[in-house]
Amino acid sequence: MTLLWIVLIPLIGAAILGAVGHRNSGFSVNIAVSAATLLAAGAMTVRVLRGGSFSALDHELFIDPLNVILVDLTALVALSTSVFSRTYMRTEARLGHLNAARLRLYHAMYQLFIFTMLLALTTNNIGILWIAMEGATLSTALLISLYRTPASLEAAWKYFILCGVGIALALLGTILVYFAGHAALGAHRALLWTRLHGVKDELDPAVMTVAFVFLIVGYGTKAGLVPFHNWLPDAHAEGPTPLSATLSGLLLNVALYAIVRFKALAPDDAASHWPGRLMMGFGLASVLVGAFSLGGQRDLKRLFSYSSVEHMGLATFAFGLGGPLANFAALLHMTGHSLTKSSAFFASGQVAQTAGTKDMDRITGVMDRAPASGWALMASSLAIIGTPPFGVFASEFLILTAALRKAPWTVPLLVLALGVAFATIFRRTQAMVFGTADAARTRTPPALIVSFAHLALVLVLGLAIPHVLAIWYAKAARLAGP
Amino acid sequence: MTHPTRIIDLLAALFLLVAFAMLSQRRLANLITLYAWQGTVLALSIAILAYETGNTHLYASAILNGLLKILAIPALLRRLARRLDVQWDRESLVQIPTVMLIGLGLVIFAFNAALPIAGLAHTVNHETVGIALASVLLSLLMMILRTAALSQVIGFLALENSLIFAATSVTGGMPMVIEFGVALDVIVGVFILGVFFFHIREQFDSLDLDRIEGRED
Repeated sequence: MTLLWIVLIPLIGAAILGAVGHRNSGFSVNIAVSAATLLAAGAMTVRVLRGGSFSALDHELFIDPLNVILVDLTALVALSTSVFSRTYMRTEARLGHLNAARLRLYHAMYQLFIFTMLLALTTNNIGILWIAMEGATLSTALLISLYRTPASLEAAWKYFILCGVGIALALLGTILVYFAGHAALGAHRALLWTRLHGVKDELDPAVMTVAFVFLIVGYGTKAGLVPFHNWLPDAHAEGPTPLSATLSGLLLNVALYAIVRFKALAPDDAASHWPGRLMMGFGLASVLVGAFSLGGQRDLKRLFSYSSVEHMGLATFAFGLGGPLANFAALLHMTGHSLTKSSAFFASGQVAQTAGTKDMDRITGVMDRAPASGWALMASSLAIIGTPPFGVFASEFLILTAALRKAPWTVPLLVLALGVAFATIFRRTQAMVFGTADAARTRTPPALIVSFAHLALVLVLGLAIPHVLAIWYAKAARLAGP
Repeated sequence: MTHPTRIIDLLAALFLLVAFAMLSQRRLANLITLYAWQGTVLALSIAILAYETGNTHLYASAILNGLLKILAIPALLRRLARRLDVQWDRESLVQIPTVMLIGLGLVIFAFNAALPIAGLAHTVNHETVGIALASVLLSLLMMILRTAALSQVIGFLALENSLIFAATSVTGGMPMVIEFGVALDVIVGVFILGVFFFHIREQFDSLDLDRIEGRED
């Protein structure tokens, strides 16, 4: 039953918020719904860690140590984003950027978006997975253009068309996997991932090759892999900040999760390392393009969105390497990135709101003006560029270790990209945070508490990964395939 | 070879023909009509497959696709075109004969790529799979070449048609839940796009994407 609740709560929440989302109480209802989702996720996690994987609704929904990580992450970041948006979106409404109707749209679509992601994560049916991912595109398209500015409409259009085409190709891939499974499983069961995984050696390798190419291009578009990443910086920069935080922190993870599930369907024998190679290639390209695009950015949120391209590339690369160590590192990296990046977006959204601009050249003296925002932005930036002792450093270190063992030639490229990203982001943020303030000191915004909470969690991941967590992630890493 | 399979082959050829016609058509009203024709061919071929295999859920799928793609979506698109007052797509950068040649190249490529899949599918001809894949590529080509927002969307919808055609011809139809889910996504998507168009026009006084994307120059 817990498994059903985890998808039902946000869906019911979306319906309620569709009715009351424009009122002042809408913010509190949003937080309450997200908190209830997190509670359900917590109950489910305890059950999985004690008793192992289980399924519901005649195997249509299932949960194992791999997807429960992402379910927890989704529920957690969804809660903290709803807490952040209470202050942030209220200010936006007060500044006249939003009216009541759009606020209601925002609240309802926010919960619908969380619902589609949780459904994509917990479903066992690869067809439903596709429908949920498409639902995520549809529910967020109107959120990106929430402010109705020319730039945001352009961003939403780009997002809709690029992700729509991407996801259509993923449907073709899904159809081909269904076709490959048809012979072994019959029409009824050939869409269930657990069943497909059980007969993965009987699936036709030629068809699976073609299918995986379509799937990695399709879901890779949503994960922001180069060269399909064009929508990502626009969507992140032009949408409201809570959306940027959830897109980067959650949606990219869910899309990558889909790719990883399909990679696990590839046969085990040594001759078929092509899905891994493909993922390594796309991942490496994303790391390099992401890191080298950072330098040309002037918009604060665009800076962090290119950093998302880089980090998702790194996680994809690590899954491509395969094996327990690289998979463990990739999962840790996804966790660390998701917490840190949402914190970075909270901080930068707050800074941009106070300064009235997203242009980094015109933001200065944040530390003088609003110390809490300054600390949050500085610490998030340090964490995201992989400064020890934050968790992202630990996962990047593990990924490099795994790469040294399996594909040593990639290490110099990775180190170069990470170094470039470090230098660019650090130079940019320190110029904004320090320097003289050009306006009077403002009251500390309470919304940034969630940013510090995320950073504290990332710090724990970096200093000493708790024993329970280490065992759990190692189990999940084995599920992600060789 | 039985009669139903021959009819399906004929319909597949028609499907490809409509895809080419859409590629060359610049008048929006005609483009929408062609889209409706494509939907008709799709629904008919699903119905014939249902008759041949005796699969009841394929009949439901044929009715669903027919209602959606012959009636609902074309009506919606016509209404949009009328209210937005767009009739012609702008002259594209690539001449129509060149587009046709590129399209031919894509068809040859698709037939080659379909070989391994068709080798496994005992139910259908190699040609049908190749045609389905070719139509997917042709729809993508149409989306790349068009500059008007509405014709890009029709390209996107044609892409979805080709995917459903591929699904029915390769696997004999996806389970009903999935068909309904896909249909729901399409209809919601078209509605959202409709809303979008009005927002875009409000801001730009135009539905020409070149003008929207070039606004910084």
